[in-house]
Amino acid sequence: MGDLVVLVISCILIKNILLAQYLGNCPFLGTSKKMETAVGMAMAVVFVLVLAGIITWVVERFVLIPFDLTYLRTIAFILVIAALVQFVEMFLKKSIPALYTGLGIFLPLITTNCAVLGVCLINIKEEYNFLEMLVVSFSYAAGFGLALVLFAGVRERILLARTPQPFQDTAIGLVTAGMLSLTFFAFKGWV
Amino acid sequence: MAKSLTQEFTKGLWAEIPPFRLVLGLCPTLAVSNTFENGVGMGIAVTFVLVFSNILISALRKIIPAKVRIAAFIIVIATFVTVVELLMQAYTYALFLQLGIFIPLIVVNCILLGRAEAFASKNGIIRSTLDGLGMGIGYTLALGALAAFRQILGTGAITFYQTPIQLFGPSFEPFTFMVQAPGAFICLGLMLAAMNILGKNRS
Repeated sequence: MGDLVVLVISCILIKNILLAQYLGNCPFLGTSKKMETAVGMAMAVVFVLVLAGIITWVVERFVLIPFDLTYLRTIAFILVIAALVQFVEMFLKKSIPALYTGLGIFLPLITTNCAVLGVCLINIKEEYNFLEMLVVSFSYAAGFGLALVLFAGVRERILLARTPQPFQDTAIGLVTAGMLSLTFFAFKGWV
Repeated sequence: MAKSLTQEFTKGLWAEIPPFRLVLGLCPTLAVSNTFENGVGMGIAVTFVLVFSNILISALRKIIPAKVRIAAFIIVIATFVTVVELLMQAYTYALFLQLGIFIPLIVVNCILLGRAEAFASKNGIIRSTLDGLGMGIGYTLALGALAAFRQILGTGAITFYQTPIQLFGPSFEPFTFMVQAPGAFICLGLMLAAMNILGKNRS
């Protein structure tokens, strides 16, 4: 039990997927201009990441390893994730329309979010068991959400400030992300 | 279609240089630019995948139905990424270990899908090859420049063929900050701003 708590803390704060592992940065910069879109993206990632983690873990354990096909991992995982996203989209549209409209355009975008494929690959590389995999996937996704929402809050304020011309938009966003990354860096050595 | 073949090639080098102008493919840009060698190695791997996936997608563009095109593009890209992964494991094992999960993650690098969708699916094979080559070389240059900047400031050395070459005397105090995560974001931000200033003076 204690191990799992350590895993949660290290995945959310210390090994934060966006700010320490550099995964999923395209949506991080793309969807953080408004708080509303940031929250939508964060929710979509939590939802898909946990599902994708479970499915790719099962695929690896029960299909790729027994048939000695691990060299096809990249192709298999990306196909599974793409199909999963499509399926989730259809399912939500049919049965939970409120959530579907909430997530909107962010669901299809998740297919090419490297955080999802990245976490699935980390799960395999670290050889987590099922429970650990579940906890790790959720914690990484929560860390993604936390960083994204914090960043969106800062960025909304920056819009009101006068930034030097060459720094406008993405450049100042990256520098801000660096500062945010520095604060997360302070958690290092905690566990 | 007024662009000449040379223009298709050179636009990737400056006018539309991928990580700066298009702000695509940031994750590997930030993650592997901690040493010069890693940055350039990643750039070459991406160039390889980009050129071959552009060629194949352009050749198949009339056969692939519009509805499933994204899925088809991803499979083509994933195939070439697997090829690169196996080649690197066989011939450049040290680099393979250094880059780690960022090699399979080339699949979800937005540059590849972006070029497939925006260019290769609409243009002929020769143009697509040149586009892929130009974009790939531009990406390699950008990664190499960022990586050299970070490594020189962060460790006072630059790596060629696995051997770090010290550039400064022993009194040099490295800014370790630069090779760590926060430094990556800030460096890229500063380079982007520098590009904006340069671009403005030109036009």
